[in-house]
Amino acid sequence: MLDDQNAKSMSIIVTKGTLDWAYPPFILATTAAAMGLEVTMFFTFYGLHLLKKDLNLKVSTLGNPGMEMPMGGMHMAMPNIMAALPGASALTTNMMKNLIKKKGVASIQELRDLAIEADVNMIACQMTMDLFEIKREDMIDGPSVGGAASWVEVATKSDINLYI
Amino acid sequence: MADMILDAKGLNCPLPILRAKKALKELPSGGTLEVQATDPGAVKDFEAFCRTTGNELVEHHMDGNTYVFLIRHTG
Repeated sequence: MLDDQNAKSMSIIVTKGTLDWAYPPFILATTAAAMGLEVTMFFTFYGLHLLKKDLNLKVSTLGNPGMEMPMGGMHMAMPNIMAALPGASALTTNMMKNLIKKKGVASIQELRDLAIEADVNMIACQMTMDLFEIKREDMIDGPSVGGAASWVEVATKSDINLYI
Repeated sequence: MADMILDAKGLNCPLPILRAKKALKELPSGGTLEVQATDPGAVKDFEAFCRTTGNELVEHHMDGNTYVFLIRHTG
């Protein structure tokens, strides 16, 4: 079938480990896979947290004036001085999770499962595992463990290479 | 009447596309899938999806607040 023979490919370097920034790589990876592309995701630095069995992702508005959330009919950005207070991140994370549900947006867990189901090739960065002391057993089954050379090899053959 | 109907109403990007892809896999070549979606972005996305995958977007229209797509699994 034509849609299974689309030989295009895409690689994504995933560097961010917050709830909001977990979306772009997983949305693009699952969509590209659905469109017949071969997809590779390389999880490095904070992005490696997205491979943990126990996903406990949070958002922070600190230093992010672009983040406005609907609140009481308005859109509010949290001033840095408030975002730095204890509990602010938990509050923002809860608001974001409620919004995600309300707007019919998939959870990261769901998108990750869909990516695995679609045979997205996932590579966990060995150096980051050593650096942050993340054990293989802390992460989901499936991803292989590799280094920069593993990504470079994939990237040289990919039509699209993204860094997120 | 389509061979299969997919209710993707209330779902946001990229779920309508992902669900449609899954449904198309279950259809034989030449089979038709009707996707019902409420995501306004779905119009442009289903056009792009079909162009890239080689499936045929037979037609799409609006039914009230719902976007209805008819896709033929081709290849």
